[in-house]
Amino acid sequence: MEQIKTRQDLENKVLKCTDCLTKKLNGQDGKKHLVVCGGTGCISSQSLDILAELEKLIKENHLEDRCTVNRVGCFGFCSQGPFVKVFPEDRLYHAVKVKDAARIIEEDVIGGRCITDLLYEDPVTHEKVEKQDDINFYKKQIRIALHGCSLINPEELDEALGFGAFKGLARALTMSQQEVVTEVLNAGIRGRGGAGFPTGRKWQFALDQHNDEKYVVCNGDEGDPGAFMDRSILEGNPVAVIEGMMIAGYAIGAKNGYFYVRAEYPIAVQRLRIAIEELEKVGLLGDNILGSGFSFRCHIRLGAGAFVCGEETALLNSIEGRRGMPRPRPPFPAVKGLWGKPTIINNVETLASVPYILREGAAKFASIGTERSKGTKVFALGGKVNNVGLVEVPMGTTLRELIFDIGGGIPNGKKFKAIQTGGPSGGCLTEKDLDVEIDFDSLVARGSMMGSGGAIVMDEDNCMVDVAKFYMEFICDESCGKCSPCRIGTKRMLEILTKITEGRGEPSDIDDLKELADATKANSLCALGQTAANPVLSTMANFMDEYVAHTRDHKCPAHVCKKMITYKILEDKCIGCSMCARNCPASAISKTETPSKKNPKMMVYHIDPSKCIKCGVCISNCKFGAITKE
Amino acid sequence: MAKLQLAAEKQIREIVERYKDEETPLMMILEAIQSEYGYIPIEVQELVSSLTGIPVAEIYGVVTFYSFFSLTPKGKYVVGVCLGTACYVKGSQLVMDKFSEILGIKPGETTKDGLFTLDALRCIGACGIAPALSINGKVYPKVSAGQVPGIIKEYQDKEANA
Repeated sequence: MEQIKTRQDLENKVLKCTDCLTKKLNGQDGKKHLVVCGGTGCISSQSLDILAELEKLIKENHLEDRCTVNRVGCFGFCSQGPFVKVFPEDRLYHAVKVKDAARIIEEDVIGGRCITDLLYEDPVTHEKVEKQDDINFYKKQIRIALHGCSLINPEELDEALGFGAFKGLARALTMSQQEVVTEVLNAGIRGRGGAGFPTGRKWQFALDQHNDEKYVVCNGDEGDPGAFMDRSILEGNPVAVIEGMMIAGYAIGAKNGYFYVRAEYPIAVQRLRIAIEELEKVGLLGDNILGSGFSFRCHIRLGAGAFVCGEETALLNSIEGRRGMPRPRPPFPAVKGLWGKPTIINNVETLASVPYILREGAAKFASIGTERSKGTKVFALGGKVNNVGLVEVPMGTTLRELIFDIGGGIPNGKKFKAIQTGGPSGGCLTEKDLDVEIDFDSLVARGSMMGSGGAIVMDEDNCMVDVAKFYMEFICDESCGKCSPCRIGTKRMLEILTKITEGRGEPSDIDDLKELADATKANSLCALGQTAANPVLSTMANFMDEYVAHTRDHKCPAHVCKKMITYKILEDKCIGCSMCARNCPASAISKTETPSKKNPKMMVYHIDPSKCIKCGVCISNCKFGAITKE
Repeated sequence: MAKLQLAAEKQIREIVERYKDEETPLMMILEAIQSEYGYIPIEVQELVSSLTGIPVAEIYGVVTFYSFFSLTPKGKYVVGVCLGTACYVKGSQLVMDKFSEILGIKPGETTKDGLFTLDALRCIGACGIAPALSINGKVYPKVSAGQVPGIIKEYQDKEANA
């Protein structure tokens, strides 16, 4: 493999790769270029079989000189996958099946026709949309952290180099360390992992430490249930994250960088490994990079399934081979971090944004976003929303735009109830917050937080007490046990919430919960415990009526908490078809002597509440809407 | 340590040797053993302790802290139902309950025939296709409780034909 030893080598290589990629994408090479999504979501819907089928058909039809096919990273619009995109037309086919591969080859590649029924249909106008950028889901997005994802092959270094990789590092290497830190400070970027601490300040602390050995750690322990941007970035463009880490290493004076990635993300780890090996082969990682005298090496460490390891000091303990428990701060990691050396810990999305800042300049980055939160943020939009997926929008986008314009609103004509941001450390926002411009500070001011960007939409069918219990179960399970306020506080809160959702609540529980929440918040050692009560406090602030209904009236208004609901057959609607009775796993449904009003030859059915296990199978089987929950 | 077979002991020595140049390699060693054997019994921890000089109490502390490490063998097929937020609000608990009901085990347990282990997962990052579950790494998208019997049968048939 040809070596890239000097700046001139890099320039030559980048020119060649850019030319090659551009020609491929705009068809100047006279070929059609197909890309297939190889993100986790699409792979689970057989996208790799589609890829294999396309490759096979190209071979069988001897189309090698007319068509190429490539695997790329996540498109972000996971609920509509798998995706196949056709260049130079920039045509996006969605929900593609393996059997569609033959049509794509015959009709599009050979016939040159667009296959209309594979195009995305706008749910409102019912018009077919051919180009990705014309789909509402993509219209308001700006791709900085997701740069290159869904366009380049993440396992081909040449494609990354053809799409801007290493331009940022090349510029950084012409600057002094302080100048690079200042550039990042001026960009105003804040940590994308949760707390939103200014990245440049972190780097400045580490730069100011005098030590021969310093470290950069990339936090890829994406634990917030409901967030998957780090996974998609690592899967879609690992080279960008490595480049960001190298720029950070150069800026603070580190020679080694560690990626700490969740073991739950095998594809991300594999692609990161391939990228590191490729870069080592060509000399872009190792000694004397580009003849600058700067040397840097990357290492990968895997998590082992502990949410608390996303907390930076717990993460360091985990790399050091210990239980992942947080350390008291100070000393901060920038002073005394990994193996006692000055260390900066940056999130995947933060590091993926750094090359852009160096490549395009701090001013351009800072021109995007709000006064105190610059740039873009990737949100993992999920839950009860039509368009589920990853969206990267400028800071300052409103929740309404996010949920209704990009997300396409709530499915099945249901009513929007709340959006939970910030995961187990965050809170929920409601109707009254929809026009808030999203940034780090505005969300905190409303009792939630940005967190890593998980955004779960809930509709009228979700019980907020149940949601609070869900998060508390998570935190209680993941509390490391080191400090008692978190270990005991979360356990007691979970007990109370369980009692309430099981219909055994009493009005005094609400005060007890509040007291425990405040104590846990004030006295816990790390952010996990300090924020553990947020989902409880924020659901209480917004949905106190639901807490009251559960504790005083022993009713669950959303009909979620099993112990408080009863299933009933509406005699007016039942036609006596016996569908429910035949499928009831508890044999709780039987025929009565009452003839059906709709169908007098048949008898209506009845559910015996003492036998009913409230599994909901009857409701899903009844075609006549004759069964309800009360 | 007497119970450990010679072949296993040799392989564990090789794993420890593989990471000898790494600073603080304990997690890497344990991850390799877990993926090789599916669990890390006390005999193995004692061997790792004697090879690395790390006290066995410390190793036990690490093994029991992380959910990826297991003290007991897992089933041939590990069914991980995602109970992350996005999956939960879309009903993954019902999917979990169905697996529990059919397999007759609670999350964290293994069936008597050693075929299935049922695990509750905390978000596998497949929120776009919620509710999701993974069986030995293969991800199943948009699963409903109704599909569960079919999924279980798929693996039982595989076994019967093997």
